Amino acid sequence: MSRVPGPLRSQLRAELTVVLRNGEQLLLTLIIPVLLLVFFSTVDVLPTGDVREPIDFLTPGVLALAVMSSAMVSLGIATGFERGYNVLKRLGATPLGRPRWLAAKITTVIVVQMIQLVVLVPVALVLGWEAGSARWLLAVGAVITGTIAFGGVGLFIAGRLRAEINLAAQNGLYLVLLLLGGMVIPFDELPEPLAAVAKCLPSGALADVLRDALVGGADRPGTSWIVLGAWAVVAPALTALTFRWE
Amino acid sequence: MTSDASAGFSRIHRTELTLEVENLSVRYGEVLAVDSVSFTARPGEVTAVLGPNGAGKTSTIEVCEGLRRRSSGHVRVLGLDPHRDRRSLANRMGIMLQEGGVYPSARPIDVVRQYCGLYSSGSGKAANPDELIELVGLSERRRTAWRRLSGGEKQRLSLALALAARPAIVFLDEPTSGVDVNGRTMIRSVIRNLADEGCTVILATHELDEAEKVCDRVVIFDTGKVLVNGTLDDVRKARQAVRLRTAKPLDLDAMPENLAGWLVEEAPGNYTIEDAPQGLIGALAVWLSERGIDVIELRAGMSSLEDVFKDLTGGRS
Repeated sequence: MSRVPGPLRSQLRAELTVVLRNGEQLLLTLIIPVLLLVFFSTVDVLPTGDVREPIDFLTPGVLALAVMSSAMVSLGIATGFERGYNVLKRLGATPLGRPRWLAAKITTVIVVQMIQLVVLVPVALVLGWEAGSARWLLAVGAVITGTIAFGGVGLFIAGRLRAEINLAAQNGLYLVLLLLGGMVIPFDELPEPLAAVAKCLPSGALADVLRDALVGGADRPGTSWIVLGAWAVVAPALTALTFRWE
Repeated sequence: MTSDASAGFSRIHRTELTLEVENLSVRYGEVLAVDSVSFTARPGEVTAVLGPNGAGKTSTIEVCEGLRRRSSGHVRVLGLDPHRDRRSLANRMGIMLQEGGVYPSARPIDVVRQYCGLYSSGSGKAANPDELIELVGLSERRRTAWRRLSGGEKQRLSLALALAARPAIVFLDEPTSGVDVNGRTMIRSVIRNLADEGCTVILATHELDEAEKVCDRVVIFDTGKVLVNGTLDDVRKARQAVRLRTAKPLDLDAMPENLAGWLVEEAPGNYTIEDAPQGLIGALAVWLSERGIDVIELRAGMSSLEDVFKDLTGGRS
């Protein structure tokens, strides 16, 4: 490269290098979603109901899972380590500034999500998902709202806990929301009190609105939009109030 | 004042104060970590901020770096307020944190490139990443993840990042901790060169011998206060004393008053003599040899920083 990139591009390149060179994060953001998609659509063990093809149920759910993994887990773990290892403190003494730091973080999440889409959508199509009735604009809106909500949750946890505990918490939350979230397991299959909780979580709400946008026949898209929107407002606001830089 | 041809790239007059700390206090809740501290630093000089761990060095340095708020007092870095003007200062200031600062999986060359890029929009020109890596001797380890570097290699990388801005002032917090002998020599020579080019170097450390080899000026901290502040030579001269070590402890009560009266017992067998009158040392040596007491060490001249420090703090370091 002939000229040295400016602060924002330098920071963005550093952020992307950290995420893309990290095997565990790729496992969470790409490999697990692909495996879930392939496994549950070819092995008929998942109770997805009689009317729905498993792949039609799974595709929006796995896309919601992918959004959660990049916006919450991946972002949260990286930021937690940056806090724990004084990276944020050190950057505080450079001309970068918080707005450009945040811009680099957000762009990194968007780049990872593009890669996720480019991988997951063709896999879903090969597995038999018919995208003909999909309302893509609505789906993009859902992904953006979900990213803000999950990003808020991930940074909220990262901004309070020690790096190692944060790592465990983010991974644990990923697993709990994966099982509870209406992403690969329908709400109907959960016991009633658990289902009520699950419907109030951002994971279930995002899966539901994506299901509405991509295949139709969602449980209650209107309510889910409200739930997701509320998370997208409350989580980042809470993070802004409580985040500790060091 | 004569024209200053050697001020180097920082274009600051060597007589100018580039760091002014006046009555600075830092309070953490009930604890007063820094208690009304004052000192200054100049371009082209290495100013060592010395003191035991917990003496308030890091808190003071972090206020100067703009990373911590002061409770009271006045601080100017290159004529600016480090907190309020931190964005404009950031382009001219290099810092080395006591610990960490780098993402564990990141590689040295990538981090150095990142930091050079972060400074590339400033008024000055950022350093060249490959040159920086070479300067701190990390060429062989440029592609090794940070977490796999040794403690000394991590410190060298951290030093390289402090130089990315081609700074006019650098703050180095314990740069030689965990560094081997070769690394120390290298870090010392980088620090000396920086000062010789006109940079203001602030070196916080508890390693007195290390500081003594490289600094021009010392500020000695203890329990949040500055005990001594001046040029290295002045500080050492002010504490000039003769040091005497004997094979077995002396019984001062049994000695003639004209000898014993001058001896201050630091520890059994260890004595200092301040402002010794003419002939005293000779008389003392004769008296000791007549009684068959071997002298292990008899040393006059300037004190080492270690001695100064022990005098001031009563032996803690």
